[in-house]
Amino acid sequence: MAAMAPGGASSSEIYKGHAKRLLLPTWLVIGVFLLVPVALMATYSVLTKEFRGGVIWEFSLAAYDQFFLDRGLFGDEPPRIEWTYLTIFWRSIWQAGLATLLCLLIGFPTAWFIATRDARMRTVWLLIVTVPYWVNLLIRTVSMKFLIRDEGPLNAVLLWSGLIDQPLGLINTNLAVQLGLFYSYLPFMVLPIYAAVERYDFALSEAAADLYAGRWTTLRLVILPVVRPGLIAGCILVFVPSLGAFLAPDLLGGAKSFMIGSLIEEQFKGAAGNWPFGAAAAMILMSIVMVVLLVYARAQTREATA
Amino acid sequence: MTGTVINIDRVVKRFGTFTALHEVSLDIAENEFFTLLGPSGCGKTTLLRCIAGFEPVSGGQIRLHGEDIAPLPPFKRPVNTVFQHYALFPHMTVLENVMFGLQRLGWSVVDAEGRAKQALELVHLSQFLKRRPGQLSGGQQQRVALARALAPEPKVLLLDEPLSALDLKLRQAVRMELKQIQRETGIAFVFVTHDQEEALTMSDRIAVMSDGHVQQIGAPREIYEAPVNRFVADFIGETNLIEVPVLGIADGMAEVSLPGGRALRCPTPLNRAVGQGVLSLRPERIDLCPASEADLTVIATDQVYLGTDIQLKAQLAGGQEMTVRLQNAQATRLPERGAEVGLKLEAGAARLLSA
Repeated sequence: MAAMAPGGASSSEIYKGHAKRLLLPTWLVIGVFLLVPVALMATYSVLTKEFRGGVIWEFSLAAYDQFFLDRGLFGDEPPRIEWTYLTIFWRSIWQAGLATLLCLLIGFPTAWFIATRDARMRTVWLLIVTVPYWVNLLIRTVSMKFLIRDEGPLNAVLLWSGLIDQPLGLINTNLAVQLGLFYSYLPFMVLPIYAAVERYDFALSEAAADLYAGRWTTLRLVILPVVRPGLIAGCILVFVPSLGAFLAPDLLGGAKSFMIGSLIEEQFKGAAGNWPFGAAAAMILMSIVMVVLLVYARAQTREATA
Repeated sequence: MTGTVINIDRVVKRFGTFTALHEVSLDIAENEFFTLLGPSGCGKTTLLRCIAGFEPVSGGQIRLHGEDIAPLPPFKRPVNTVFQHYALFPHMTVLENVMFGLQRLGWSVVDAEGRAKQALELVHLSQFLKRRPGQLSGGQQQRVALARALAPEPKVLLLDEPLSALDLKLRQAVRMELKQIQRETGIAFVFVTHDQEEALTMSDRIAVMSDGHVQQIGAPREIYEAPVNRFVADFIGETNLIEVPVLGIADGMAEVSLPGGRALRCPTPLNRAVGQGVLSLRPERIDLCPASEADLTVIATDQVYLGTDIQLKAQLAGGQEMTVRLQNAQATRLPERGAEVGLKLEAGAARLLSA
């Protein structure tokens, strides 16, 4: 091992014994913005609901029971599995998954294109990709609604050009939600992939071609594995917020595209809400996300030690 | 000499308005260690990349065993490359790296593994099969790159300054090893370098390039002892270039008038009389002598101690600098600074080139 640099040795001497104090800001941020909110939510999920919103401080598993089990209209039937919320959950997962896939399919070529321009044009292209995101997400989602509704410009152009003879009826469909999610989170896919591709050594592609690999083989066996960390980071950054999204499904989707984010949102909005139930749904959502991230972290560690 | 494996025929390469290669023509023989030598920007790497297929040529043909391969993409050319910075696949093990080319050629995993292990044995890396390139030293990575390029038994192996990233000691050791591997495998090597010592020690033949032109092709000895022009004489080894009036040229020999008045007969590639020429004098073929026998008389200005040699800096009467290399054994009779010194030109010291 290389000898420790003198500066490093002396600074570690100086700060010895102060490690706890120096970490204080970190713990403060993690505590206030992560641990306390999660603890609050976990607590609320096991309290009893107050009918006008809010909670009664009395332990109850009613929220989780309501989520998973169907005991009939009056709560006196033998419990069966409650499919309503599981269906919403499942729909959220595949909507988010599909949005992630769509972002990946469009985001990878986009990122590749940007990363292979010369340095000056790269900055311009990155700006072009990110500028729309300076506008509030709500405004963008509403704009999307106006664009794709039956009387909107998209249908107007298609009708005028004669490609279709009646409006597509996109609004209030899963496809509309898809489009909304895709548009909302595309940069979160493009930017990490761009960072990975920018570091990619193009001599590797030449080496692959030199060793008799055609373009697709090179993509599959060399490029994709080498930029994989960027692809995975992009997928996580799109999948996680898509899973809990409520603006796109609320504004663009119909009753059949209701997602978990909207379900949670409704529980806390207005007098009809059910705080413990919303908190329980949020806890369940968070657990799923945690499992996804843990599986990823595991895979990464295995990779690193292999 | 056996048959020609690569025939480069008037190859032109342009990048926009810049012409990197001007109708370059040369032949590379089977089993040959052929070096493209020149300063940076001379077009040697461009020519190598044209042979590999990474750069499409703007004109001319590249024939491999008589067949024009210039229109083929790199993955259809039976040549392999050792890259300057190795370009090993970071996500694959050493063995997988070496197997890569074989598997693309349709070898079964078992066969590819067998051949890959052979190739790694050839470069003495059998103990690192399961390592990733990131876990190897620069020298070891270089060997993996060599094994990877050799495994598919290419018709020609292209090497793009493969030793430039290694430190000096390692570089010298690898030179001899490369040469030996070339002899063992019998594959033609095309080796690109800007290091003339590297070129002289390893090559069967050298092509000296500058500004997109081939200046001279020949064996190391030929290039060094019979340079065809001023650029080659100056680039390969050290030399003193002195402008002299030419008295006559006949049958490859020239008669010139040395500064100080003496006449000298020396070889020349020129074949018709010119008024003025450049005389190339190799510093190690010049010796000290008494003033009465001297071809040239100079004033000693400085000495540089180089270990095996001592470099004597001197000035001609006209003020032109000269360098003389003396073996360290002769150091006892070195002249004082400012002393007048007689110089004797030994056989083969001088060569007349065009001005």
